[in-house]
Amino acid sequence: MKILKIIALILLVSFVGIQFLPTERNQSDEVPKTDFILVNNTPKNISSLLQVSCYDCHSNNTEYSWYNKIHAAAWFLEDHIKEGKAELNFNAWDDFSDRRKNGKLKSITNQIKDDEMPLFSYTLIHREAFLSDSKKNMVIKYLMQIKDSLQ
Amino acid sequence: MKKVKVTTAIMAMAFVSLTAMSCKDGKTEHSEEAAINPEMNQAINHDAMNASNDMMDSEVQNSDSKQVLADYMVLKDALVATDKDASAKAGKKLESTLKNFNVSSYTSEQQKELKDIIADAKEHAEHIGKSEMDHQREHFKILSKDIMDMVAITGTDTTLYQQYCPMYDGGGAWLSMEEKVKNPYYGSKMMNCGKVQKKIN
Repeated sequence: MKILKIIALILLVSFVGIQFLPTERNQSDEVPKTDFILVNNTPKNISSLLQVSCYDCHSNNTEYSWYNKIHAAAWFLEDHIKEGKAELNFNAWDDFSDRRKNGKLKSITNQIKDDEMPLFSYTLIHREAFLSDSKKNMVIKYLMQIKDSLQ
Repeated sequence: MKKVKVTTAIMAMAFVSLTAMSCKDGKTEHSEEAAINPEMNQAINHDAMNASNDMMDSEVQNSDSKQVLADYMVLKDALVATDKDASAKAGKKLESTLKNFNVSSYTSEQQKELKDIIADAKEHAEHIGKSEMDHQREHFKILSKDIMDMVAITGTDTTLYQQYCPMYDGGGAWLSMEEKVKNPYYGSKMMNCGKVQKKIN
């Protein structure tokens, strides 16, 4: 029993300890001019879906929940956001050429259709980010309109 | 009281590690590209070429775009055969070829254009590598446009036929090395739908 207590204590101390390690927070007050929603003047009902379901990992500003500020969850999230932004950053949408925009829109809609995005592990925790079939259809229809307007 | 504290601490740890683990699954897909099939890679060994032929930049260039075309044709044939697995394999191969595309011998304007084309094509090749048939074909349509634009810059040694099927998704074009139409968007469902739009070289 004593050994168990010691182990628990060590775990507790190290858990508290790692909280002091720095994390890079993905946060920004400023919405750049190149932002997808700004550029396309996206209607509110669609833009709020995008912001809740996509923008946490695909923009410069993540809405952090309390548990995402706690290590080690914070590390995994940091990694996730880095990867997500490398693939697609909605804030930098207008930096893409029309070719890339067209391609990205195809990739985005296909991944939403296939339930690849938003990630299951993400919607598991963030229930509000889950896209029901009707929400999916709304978003996809809108994105296809944007795609058609490019061509 | 002490027992409660210990239990709380352990539960907190368990919770945090669970939360952390749940974020992990998104990472798996990226390792696939490492698995380049050696048997399909017979045409060119990029590393060897790049190392030994520093002086012959244009030769290397040419071979890069040639290899892209060769990989594209393998993919196109797999789609004609409506073979999802072969298409996925060809998509991954094309993705890795595009990654190694060396644009340095082109003018800066061409480089800019080529880089944009390659970045886009790479993305669609990647998605073809892990999608179902219908999505593979959708990405192939955009990919084909990229490859045609690439050929407009790099040129081609072999004669290519730009073919077009007006029925697929508002019209879809592709490139082939033979004049006879074999439709990659429908396969056996409508094998001969389409016409030659343009003969290149």
